[in-house]
Amino acid sequence: MGLKQNLHKLKEKYKGTKMAPAFNALHTFLYTPNETTHSGSHVRSADDLKRTMNTVIMALIPCLIFGIFNAGYQHYAAIDHTLRLDPLGNFFTWDNFILGAWTVLPLVIVSYVVGLGVEFIFAIIKGHEVEEGYLVTGMLVPLIVPIDIPLWMLTVAVIFGVVIGKEVFGGTGMNILNPALTIRAFLFFAYPTWMSGDKVWVHGAKAMAGQPDAISGETILGSLAQNHEPIYSVWDMFWGFIPGSVGETSTFLILLGGLFLIFTKIGSWRIMLSAVLGALAMGLIFNGVVDAGWIKEGSSFYGLMSETYWHHLIIGGLAFGIVYMATDPVTASQTNKGKWIYGFLIGFISVLIRVFNPAYPEGVMLAILLMNVFAPTIDHYVVQGNIKKRMKRLKAKTA
Amino acid sequence: MALLSKKDSKLILDPLADNNPITIQVLGICSALAITAQLKASIVMAVSVIFVLGIGNVVISLMRNIIPSKIRIIVQLVVVAALVIIVDQILKAFAYSLSKELSVFIGLIITNCIIMGRFEAFALGNGPWRSFLDGVGNAAGYGLILIIVGFFRELLGSGTLLGFKVLGDPISKTGLYAIGYENNGFMLLSPMALIVIGLIIWVQRSRNKELIEE
Repeated sequence: MGLKQNLHKLKEKYKGTKMAPAFNALHTFLYTPNETTHSGSHVRSADDLKRTMNTVIMALIPCLIFGIFNAGYQHYAAIDHTLRLDPLGNFFTWDNFILGAWTVLPLVIVSYVVGLGVEFIFAIIKGHEVEEGYLVTGMLVPLIVPIDIPLWMLTVAVIFGVVIGKEVFGGTGMNILNPALTIRAFLFFAYPTWMSGDKVWVHGAKAMAGQPDAISGETILGSLAQNHEPIYSVWDMFWGFIPGSVGETSTFLILLGGLFLIFTKIGSWRIMLSAVLGALAMGLIFNGVVDAGWIKEGSSFYGLMSETYWHHLIIGGLAFGIVYMATDPVTASQTNKGKWIYGFLIGFISVLIRVFNPAYPEGVMLAILLMNVFAPTIDHYVVQGNIKKRMKRLKAKTA
Repeated sequence: MALLSKKDSKLILDPLADNNPITIQVLGICSALAITAQLKASIVMAVSVIFVLGIGNVVISLMRNIIPSKIRIIVQLVVVAALVIIVDQILKAFAYSLSKELSVFIGLIITNCIIMGRFEAFALGNGPWRSFLDGVGNAAGYGLILIIVGFFRELLGSGTLLGFKVLGDPISKTGLYAIGYENNGFMLLSPMALIVIGLIIWVQRSRNKELIEE
């Protein structure tokens, strides 16, 4: 008798009791369920929601693996700068992997255990099935936090994000804000010293601060905001051999993940494309302002404003946000025209915040959260516009 | 204890819980968000509002039969304004630093919707003693929420209570800070006050299902 039968037996045994949702969740998580989603905004798909979630997780796995290697690589490269001369040769090493796994996997485990724990508790109290919504969030969270974030802070933030960001609105499919970004925003405002600055992006930088062998790990956005020329080449930025949040550094792998999501029709290509266009547009405007000579070299915005416009796509978390978070089907706009507007504004506002607000160097988080709030409004006007247009057509026909 | 009749004690006790001005009527939110970052400020604000609303209700109630209804709002405003200026001057005289900290919000008691609300809804139609009880009760209900919110915001945001370092010293790393605890800066921002009030509303309504609106 296999695990499946055993689980099935357990499920039958506990049917109708308080613990039933917990067993059902375990059962359908491990084995394909024979039903499709019947509530929430995922109801349109013919797949079960778990299949959707698993696809996104598959698209995230390369980023996670790269993040593990990068965590180790950034640590050793910060100690021994010669490693940076040959990033590729020094990247996929056992040393990097072991150190990276040692620091990244606890983040993943805490994120899942705490988040699913909260989901299980809510499911049992409210007496409904455990919702799958946390599967993707749980994978996104460790990828968008700095490597050395203390685990208890992550725990607090995950509880906050799942309860306030999702459960109070009615659970998966009902939330207004992206839960993963709610968690990150909570960390950002609650513990700013652990979420920004030049000491948090490389493992060990904060612990060694002030010592003679102190290592620094300024991100590219950080150094640009200070008007310093970043030390990384464009190709380093594209492949991802740069310090940053755990899983968002490699634009190349994010691009692959994005194509995978578009190919499987899970992520909306309209949002991704329009967000890229929005970011490029804002970048071009800033470049134009600099070229026109309105911003002088001494200005505090000069560094970020004069950055070549398309570089914005490969530095910071913009690409990661656009591909994996802006496309969240629950919090994004639902209408096709709405998706264009929603995506464009995300890219546009991200770069705007990035340049103008030195306190929030990574604007994509705030831009997506802001547009999450406006998504229903956008949809409303798109739908109303459509109704008006059809009414006009109807009148013209009947008149 | 027969100090108050059953009906009168209801006037005081109802606003503390089942008819709380903040959590049930959702009035007076603005000041609850603005000044609750420190427990001390919350307490002072609570006492000030109890004073203003208690006395104000009595004054309005005494004048209720001679106020022409066309200009009653202006009369009410004059009464509140006078009382608020008294509170403000007392604070400036005896607790200057605190008055600085509360800055404009003492003056803004004038615009606190709870006060005008009680004048209109109760003092204009009831005798002075009952109006006094109603005023004190509602202000106390408001103050209670302020103090609860202030307690959590100061404890989690600054690690202190009334200025005492109850969780240890964050700079010399004693107490909880020795094992890596850090203050939650989000608690000091107003959005968190809104969330804390939301959580209080949540807890209250799940304890008493009758309060849940359709």
